[in-house]
Amino acid sequence: MHVTVLLPGVLRSAADGTPKFELEMTAPATLGDVLDVIAGRYPLLERRLRDEQRRLRRYVNFFVDGEECRRLAGADTVLAEGAEIQIIPSVAGG
Amino acid sequence: MVLLAIGTRKGLWLARSADGRASWTLSGPHHPMTAVYSVAIDTRRGSPRLLAGLHSEHFGPSVMTSDDLGGSWQEPDHAPVAFPEDTGTSLGQVWQIAPGPRSQPEVVYAGVEPSALFRSADGGRTYELVRALWDHPHRADWTPGFGGQAIHSVLPHPENPDEVTVAMSTGGVYKTTDGGRSWAASNSGISAYFMPDPDPEFGQCVHKIAQHPDRPERFFAQNHHGVYRSDDGARTWQSIAEGLPSDFGFPMVVHPHRPEVIYTFPLTADALRFPPDGKCRVYRSEDGGGSWTALTAGLPEDGFWTAVLRDAMCVDDADPAGVYFGSRTGEVYGSADEGDSWSLIAQHLPDVLCVRAASV
Repeated sequence: MHVTVLLPGVLRSAADGTPKFELEMTAPATLGDVLDVIAGRYPLLERRLRDEQRRLRRYVNFFVDGEECRRLAGADTVLAEGAEIQIIPSVAGG
Repeated sequence: MVLLAIGTRKGLWLARSADGRASWTLSGPHHPMTAVYSVAIDTRRGSPRLLAGLHSEHFGPSVMTSDDLGGSWQEPDHAPVAFPEDTGTSLGQVWQIAPGPRSQPEVVYAGVEPSALFRSADGGRTYELVRALWDHPHRADWTPGFGGQAIHSVLPHPENPDEVTVAMSTGGVYKTTDGGRSWAASNSGISAYFMPDPDPEFGQCVHKIAQHPDRPERFFAQNHHGVYRSDDGARTWQSIAEGLPSDFGFPMVVHPHRPEVIYTFPLTADALRFPPDGKCRVYRSEDGGGSWTALTAGLPEDGFWTAVLRDAMCVDDADPAGVYFGSRTGEVYGSADEGDSWSLIAQHLPDVLCVRAASV
């Protein structure tokens, strides 16, 4: 199955400068599975998104086809064919 | 040239002086919008290495290094400091980066939150958990202070690679003499007034410890109320608070060349974390804590309602020694004459978390 990952500007340097990339996943696939693949391809990017125990970083949002994953099943959210994952830092800080 | 690294809540600034510390040029922010809890200037190799412990609220912690004095920074793809999977624990942040002994120029230690020690054998690029301290039976009873549960002080013995002393809040002082295979609490004499037993084996809220390389058996401690010295390798501690306006504070710094000379920055009390009477005063002892002198020349007379955090005071390695401190209100003061007189190096920075200085 085909998945597209969209990156914000601040994270693109951790992924060879690309604003988006495509992944071919074995169905069924979850958001966590995608992050596992990213860990192999772009380890620096992956550790910006998850900690070493594979927990999603609190202030990074993962919109799966427009819905933030924490309103779905978090990292266990099952992806649809052609899913688009948009990664956006949340509003945080002072 | 003297380099002063200033870690703040929102990035790192680097101050350079090429005229005997009479004037400074400032660059930054490096790593903007990351909290720089720890910084080190490792001068053990031909080219000095800067190491910075960074924490992004969004993207988590990391350690970056620079071998060109901040011109460029490097970090490994994989997390340089990370807890093994079986611990179920994630790194909060790196509170301390401490180069090891000169005989081991590639050894660097990192004290982290939650309380753990990591060791690097590649010059501070990647680190491994020191298991025996993590597995210490006391660990379940270490509890976080207001700033978090962290190992904030790491003092490798200057010559003996088997000996390392650490301190944490709360938990207190722990020491290994067998290369990290075993660790023992080392708090005898340090009070924990906030516990039912004020003299426990461990659980003290030690804010900072310091050691001079020429007298490695001697330690100094700024405690959560209490200022102490140990003359027996941290086994027992005696109060040296007499003569200070308060025994509360955070930093404790030893002069680079004179083991009897120490510096601290007292705050009124745990419940009143301001300098006494709002006066900006560094206190120096020239006799190992037997007596204290307030250093005031060039510092604000009053109205200084801020604080100096545990790692926000340091010395350089020049002669005469430079002394530096930064405030939570973003001012950095320096002295080129061992504290006799002071001048402002930087102001209007974010709150200063740490400073380190060295001749480079």
